[in-house]
Amino acid sequence: MINLQPYESPGYFGLIIGLLLPIIIGLFYGKRLVIYETIFSLTFLVLTFGGKDWHQGLALIGYVLFELIVIFAYSKYRLKRNRTSVFIIAVLLAIAPLIVVKMTPLFTIKSSLIGFLGISYLTFKSVQMVMEMRDGAIKEFEPILFVRFLLFFPTISSGPIDRFRRFKTDYVNAPERDKYVTMIGKAVKYLFLGFLYKFILGYFFGKVLLPVLAHESLAQRAAFFHTGLSWPLIEYMYTYSMYLFFDFAGYSLFAIAISYLMGIESPLNFNQPFKSHNVKDFWNRWHMSLSFWFRDYVFMRLTFFLMKHKIFKNRIHVSQVAYLANFLIMGFWHGVTWYYILYGAFHAVAIIINDIWLRFKKKHQVPSNRWTKGLAIFITFNVVCFSFLIFSGFLNTLWFK
Amino acid sequence: MNVNEIVLDILNGITGTDFSKDMDADIFMSGLVDSMATVELLLELQDKFGIDVPISEFNREDWKSANKIIQKVESLQ
Repeated sequence: MINLQPYESPGYFGLIIGLLLPIIIGLFYGKRLVIYETIFSLTFLVLTFGGKDWHQGLALIGYVLFELIVIFAYSKYRLKRNRTSVFIIAVLLAIAPLIVVKMTPLFTIKSSLIGFLGISYLTFKSVQMVMEMRDGAIKEFEPILFVRFLLFFPTISSGPIDRFRRFKTDYVNAPERDKYVTMIGKAVKYLFLGFLYKFILGYFFGKVLLPVLAHESLAQRAAFFHTGLSWPLIEYMYTYSMYLFFDFAGYSLFAIAISYLMGIESPLNFNQPFKSHNVKDFWNRWHMSLSFWFRDYVFMRLTFFLMKHKIFKNRIHVSQVAYLANFLIMGFWHGVTWYYILYGAFHAVAIIINDIWLRFKKKHQVPSNRWTKGLAIFITFNVVCFSFLIFSGFLNTLWFK
Repeated sequence: MNVNEIVLDILNGITGTDFSKDMDADIFMSGLVDSMATVELLLELQDKFGIDVPISEFNREDWKSANKIIQKVESLQ
């Protein structure tokens, strides 16, 4: 049986646009073709998780059933009572499959049997259900809509991470014609921009330049007191950063474009991140659907809890502890390796220093002109690129392999 | 004090900025209110008005200026 990975080949795009046509025509006339859309979505799920990846398909089915039980049970419980301990157990259960998958590499070289492409992204969608039920923002559990949301295939492999209530509003209403026409326009633009990003620039940085620079850096392992610090390594850092951005932003544009064509306004993921003038600004522009998820479901909830129960006297300490927790969890989410965790810790420290500087700036007169603004962008860019060098795992190869 | 004054007072306490001259200024865009300040704002509102706003219900669009916060508080009271 055939197997097609999302957004990888011209064939995939040809097939998806072709099969989307009835949906597009339907939406143009203000109708959602629910049955056709279901068959269409199932087809693409089978293409992604079928064939040689059939075991991933089974894992996905198991995952969906498990989350359905957890969330359904919590929704029933929440109708009657609202204890914090039960809420915590529900959250832990909802993330349990992901934890197992992420911990498996520590014990064995085989990948986990319950793992599948996109499990870390689906987990964000599952956990938010529990959190919003706790808040009373989602009162009734709608299993079919939830499965639709969870398995919305344009974003299944790597996001952007949508929110259930937002998705539901789009899904139960077909967009107005004017709006839908604008969305088609945007989708076309995003598709072409995505091609430029992923298949031209991402390919150039990642597949053409990067292997050469990796090779040259590894040849200079002994440089600078055996740290491996060399010119090729610095070039590797910037090149990898460009690759990471263009590859991921390109993918995101495809996912958003296909969502738009299906009448769903999936959230944007990138907003010119290399123009950020500080690290805080960077996290409002880089992988936004992830950072906003962490902001809303980890950082804000944790600070709320810490402040309400007056755990720390000083509000600055509250924010610092919350930043550390927030970014360390984000690090672990990427994978249980020293470099992902260090990447998280690095950004926590960077944003804490950033906050200290912002407080200093508020109290003291600091010159502000186009030179200082340029300098701020330059510093932020380099801090970010350095963090991506950590993230790349290349230092692990350079030092320990 | 009425709702207007209390809200302006809370905002002033959190951001160190007086918004009484510009009640429609976007408090998030200016960077004066970050996530931490948002949580402080919610806690203060809970404290002063007894209104309970869960984080899930906090939609930045609806709370982005002094005027919008006042509207929200009045509708929730």
